[in-house]
Formats: sequence, structure tokens, C-alpha cells
Amino acid sequence: MSLEPPKKDWFQAPKGAERVWIGIALAWCFVMFLMMPYWHLFGKQNSTGEAYKVEPRAFQERVEAFVEANQVGELDGQPVVEPPPGGEAYLLARMWSWYPVLKLRQGETYRLHVSSLDLQHGMSLLPMNMNFQVLPGYDHVLTITPTSTGTFTIVCNEFCGVGHSMMVGKLIVE
Amino acid sequence: MRGLRDMNTTAEFETNTSEGAPGKAETQDKGRGWNLRSLVGGSRTCDTTGMPVCLDGQFFIRINAVLAVVFLLIGGVAAILLALTRWEAVHLLPREWFYRMLTLHGLNMLIFWILFFEVAVLYFACTTLLNARLYSRKVAWVSLGMMLTGAVMVNTVIFQGKADVLLTSYLPLLAHPAFYLGIILVAVGTLVGVFNFFATLYMARKYKTYEGSVPLVTFGATAAAIIAVVTLLHGAIVMIPTFLYSMGWIGQPDPMWYRMIWWGLGHQSQQVNVAAMVAVWYMVATLTTGAKPLNETVCRGAFVLYILFINIASAHHLLVDPGVGATWKIWNTSYAMYLAVLASMIHGFTVPASVEVAMRNKGHRKGLFGWLTAAPWRNPAFSAVVLSVVIFGFIGGITGVTLGTQQINIIAHNTLRIPGHFHATVVGGTTLAFMGLTYYVVPLLFRKDYILRSVARVQPWIFAAGITLMSFGKSFAGSMGVARRTSTIGPAEEAYGAAVHVFLGMLGIGGVLAFIGLMLFVLLTVGTLLLGKSNVGRPMACWGKPADLEGADMRSRPEHEEHKTPGTVILVGVFLLAFAVYYFANWAALADVWHVR
Repeated sequence: MSLEPPKKDWFQAPKGAERVWIGIALAWCFVMFLMMPYWHLFGKQNSTGEAYKVEPRAFQERVEAFVEANQVGELDGQPVVEPPPGGEAYLLARMWSWYPVLKLRQGETYRLHVSSLDLQHGMSLLPMNMNFQVLPGYDHVLTITPTSTGTFTIVCNEFCGVGHSMMVGKLIVE
Repeated sequence: MRGLRDMNTTAEFETNTSEGAPGKAETQDKGRGWNLRSLVGGSRTCDTTGMPVCLDGQFFIRINAVLAVVFLLIGGVAAILLALTRWEAVHLLPREWFYRMLTLHGLNMLIFWILFFEVAVLYFACTTLLNARLYSRKVAWVSLGMMLTGAVMVNTVIFQGKADVLLTSYLPLLAHPAFYLGIILVAVGTLVGVFNFFATLYMARKYKTYEGSVPLVTFGATAAAIIAVVTLLHGAIVMIPTFLYSMGWIGQPDPMWYRMIWWGLGHQSQQVNVAAMVAVWYMVATLTTGAKPLNETVCRGAFVLYILFINIASAHHLLVDPGVGATWKIWNTSYAMYLAVLASMIHGFTVPASVEVAMRNKGHRKGLFGWLTAAPWRNPAFSAVVLSVVIFGFIGGITGVTLGTQQINIIAHNTLRIPGHFHATVVGGTTLAFMGLTYYVVPLLFRKDYILRSVARVQPWIFAAGITLMSFGKSFAGSMGVARRTSTIGPAEEAYGAAVHVFLGMLGIGGVLAFIGLMLFVLLTVGTLLLGKSNVGRPMACWGKPADLEGADMRSRPEHEEHKTPGTVILVGVFLLAFAVYYFANWAALADVWHVR
């Protein structure tokens, strides 16, 4: 029993159903492990963690330059910015807003740079429910291809102070 | 319990049933070789099990267990406030207090309740089970003093509103220095307690207080202790610089570095819980049904897998982070090819299988599940552990592995799916198992029989039902994208479907139910300590044990059938099927979202 020292000859190979279960469980573990490299090779949704060190202020300047060059309109006081198809896009997270509103085209692939000006934030793209971590000092590059159209919502899902739940932004795909 | 007594040769142990404080009891060391050391404290023989109880150990187990329950109560009150806030239709707390209570809840539940209880489990596993005496009262006092001081500091600073940073306190969020100092004190205090455990193991081995290998439960506790050391070292590595930074003495540590090392503390401490919980599963299975492991090598091997591979789970929290590459993420999130998951799947077989064999040996052999229906379901420790195994495996385990899959994490990270997962592991699993054990700890070590025993018999069911409902509500709401750690979904409401309110309502109702179960547990336990009838000098009141069918003993079962566990085979088959369905359904859901790399 489990509360007493075992018999002297306790070192035994498993038998019967126990042995079979260990084999099946191990095989299942390998299946689950192999699914991840498989998806990197053949799947379309992967997080590679591509990122570059960047000073928050320097990143903000790049965002401002990006907005100035590509602004196409305004929504709720935020600039709407349409990056060139297949080009670079920027998204700045700060307490407590997402800047700017991006306008993307369905089927085009963008290199989306996301970083934070202050605290850690979480980029949650709704209603697809795609989530990525946003850190100050790290330019997180998502090579992203919208496959659906409409107006999407970005909420912050990393606690960033008392206004956290109000940190809601928009993203448009045509 | 008679079986237990029979298996022990009580004559070896001195009998000292006096209720005196440790140190007062007369010290007799006959046959224990322990008198070579000038350690204070005697022992008594348990009136129920015939096992030796170190009075020092008993004293510190009592204090640690009582404090654990106090922190459980604080965390529980915070929990109900949070559940009633996230239940959007109720939305009780203003946002400042939501985040304050969330910080309080996380620290008291995940750190204080669990660590205080685990130190108690460690002290038990190294004294009574090894016929040994706790290494040092002084060390135990130092450990307790540091842990308690730290916990009080942390709770005070949270209530003062100077640490609204949640459990993780992600930099550059910054709390009052006392917050970090308190956590460091708790961590180091726990390390000191773990040292006392290892020192007792060493002394027991040196003075041969037991023969052969340590019992399985002690082995499991040792696994938990080893993981705890690695975990708490991570805590020191991350918390000390953060404390120095909060004092303004050094520059800000890197946020990415902080996340990686902090989760070396945060996730691994949950693996300490897993190892301790599994040890408790084996312990309660033995106490309630007389179960013994089918194969000690397999059970111990599975604990070794925990020690070797569970330590790299920090990655679970960094799967969609910048700055760590895909290869690193895959290798670490899978615990090196899921070998720690393998360990849990092994325990998930061996625990029910050992109960099945024990029950069949008692004569309950009807059909596939006759052993299960005849099990002592009225025993709250038994039902708590069965529910713990089921909730941990079917909900916590399956969701944990799936959400921790590198790519699937994209549709799960920081949503309510994550707390939906870990409330099933650490609450439905660990806390429920610890509650079950408490139904033996109080009668055996506090020597009081439970009051309102019929209420105790339903308590695990209420708590389990509440946690399960809450966990489902969170998981479904999280699948719709609802973020965790957010006081309200209000500003983004149109982004979710209307169904989200159904699931947040489930979360709230489940939370209320779980809170009722928790309060029953606390009231029963505290009430018993104050009002319970003493059982000194007699065995504890029996919670109910499986009947020994007449004429059935081990020998009447054919030898070749002794290890046959057809019922368990069906159960694990159902488990694997549920696992595979949930796992691949999530890949299918992932394939629907935008392309990203």
C-alpha cells in the first residue's frame, strides 16, 4: 500500500493492461508532439515569435510616420490607415487605446508590427479570437493574412491598469 | 481502517496518547535509533491506524493546516466577489476593487493556501510514514514565521491598494516593495520548510527508522519537494531584482525576461500541486479502500517523469510572445514530447486501477463496474478524490494540454479559457483532493470527529459541481474571445454574440455553488476544531468503508485475475477518446482563423 515501504522486490516491469496503457499513452504523446512541427510545415496559423528590440519612443515615431504616409480617413477620432497591400503595417498599444485603426484587404499578406508604449498588453482580435502578447521594447512582427471581411474589434487581454477593459480598438478589412 | 492497523506491527511503536503539547511528551526512542540526536518531542501511536505520529510533526501540521484554511477563506471571499462581477448581469464590484480582489484571490489561493497545506503534507509524509521524527522544531518555526509574515505583508499591502498588479505583477507594472518582499519571505520560508523535510528524510535513512524504500506517498511528496526547490529558486531569481527595482536601486528588468522566469515560478508551482495532489490521491485511495499500487515501479517512474520534465512548462505562457522562437516553444510547451503528460496519464490509470483491484479483492466483482458502485461513496474523502481525479483529468488535463499546444494557444491565450482550465486543475483537482484529505487530517491529527457528518458527505459534490459549472462557463465564454482578468466586457460587447451572457451566467452560478461548497468545508472544519467530539483513545468515527464480502479474500481470486482491471480499462478508454476529440476539434477551430506566421 501507498503508506508503507514497498516489498523488497518492488522493481518490476509493468504487466497486462497497465503496460498496454503506458504504450498507448506514449504513442498519443508522440502524436500530439508531432502535430506542432506538422502544422508549422503545412498549417496556416503559427506563432513564430519574430521580434526585434525597439525603444518604445522609437517605435512610436515609426508608427507616426506610418500614419502620416498612409492615412485614408478617420473613425471615432482615430486615424484610419491603409498600408500598401503586402506591405508593412503598424499597431501601437498604450494605456488605454489601440492606435491607429488599420484598413486591410482580404487575401493580402501584411507584416504587422505590434508593440507597446508603456505596460504589457494583449492583442485579441475579435470575433476570430486570435491572441498575441504585446510587450514594451519588443517589435512583435505578425505576418498576417485576413481571410474574412468586415469591421473587427481589438480588445486588450493583458491587465494594464484600471482602464484595461476600456482599451478597445477597431480594424477594417475590405 | 482495521486493515491498516493489521498491516502495522504496533508493538514497535511506543504508546503515548497524552494530548500534551510537543516537547512535553515523554521522549522514548526505543528501537528508533533517534536518541542519538538531542531532538525534542515524542510520538504517539494513532488510535485509528496504529501508525506512529511525531508530536512535533503533528503540531506543525496542525498550525500549517489551520493557516492554510484561513487563507483559503480569504481567497474564497475574494472569489465570490469576482464571480459576481464577471457575471455581467450582476457586475458587483467597481473596477478598482475587481483588480484588487483578483490580486488577493490569486495570491491567497494559488500561493498561500496551497503552500501552507503542502508544507503540512510534507511534514506528514516524512514523519509518520517513515516512523521518524521531524528534524527540527526551530527550523519549522523559522519556516512558519517567514511564511506567515510574508503572507500578512502581502495581504496588507493589497488591501491598502498599493499592489493592484494581479498575481503575475508583470513589469513594468509596479507594486509597493512590501508586496515583493512578502512573496520572497513566503518563498524562502517554504524553502526552509522543504529543507526540514529533506533533513528528516536524511535522518530517517541514516538512523534506519524504516526498511527498504520509502512509501509511495513519501516518494510522491519528495517529487513535489524537489520541484518546489527548483520553482522557488526561480521565484528568488525573478522577485529579488524586481524588489530591488521597486526600491529604486537598480534599473528595470526586461519584461520578457521577467515573464519567462516568473512563469518558472508560476507554472511550476502548479506542478508542485500536481505532484502533491497525486500523492494525496494514492494516500486517500489507501485510507478509504485499502488500495495498493499495482506496480510501484510504474507509479514511482511517473513521479520521476514529473521531476525531469515538468520544469520547463514556463513556456505555456509564452506561446504567442515575441522574442522566443517556435522551436523553443514547441519543445518546452510539450515538456519534451509530453513526457510529463504521460506521467499524469499513468497516474490516471494506476489510481483507479488500484482501487478496482482492492475492491475486487474484497469480493465486489460483479460486471465491469460492480467495484465502483460498491465503493464507499458516502465517505467524503473518497468522493472528493474520485471527483478530483475526474475533474483534473477530463477537464483540467485535456484542456491544459490542448491550450498549451503551441499553435492552438493563438485561439486561447489570455482568454477565459485559461482560468477555465486551471480552475479545473488546481481547484477541482488539487484543492478538492486536499479537502478530501482534511476529512482524515482533522480526526487523525487534531483528534476530533467531524460535526454534521451528513453535511460533510455532500460537501465535495457541491464544491465539485460548482467548480465544474464555473469552469465550463469560463471555457465557453473564452472560446468566444472573452478576455480573462477584465472587470467587464461592456466596451466591446458587440464583438461577442448574445450567448456570451449565458456562459458568463454559468460562470457566476457555478462560482456561487462552489463558494457554498467552500464555506461548508470551512465551517465544518473550523466548527469541528471548536466543537467536535474528541476521539482520543479510540479510533476515529468511520466515514464508511467498502464491505468485505463474506468469504472473499485475496486468495479466493484466481491468480491470473489479480491484476485484471477491466473497469479501469473502459474508463481510460473513454478518457482517451474525449481527449482526442477535444484536441482535434481545436485544431479544426484554429484552421478557420486568419493566416498568420
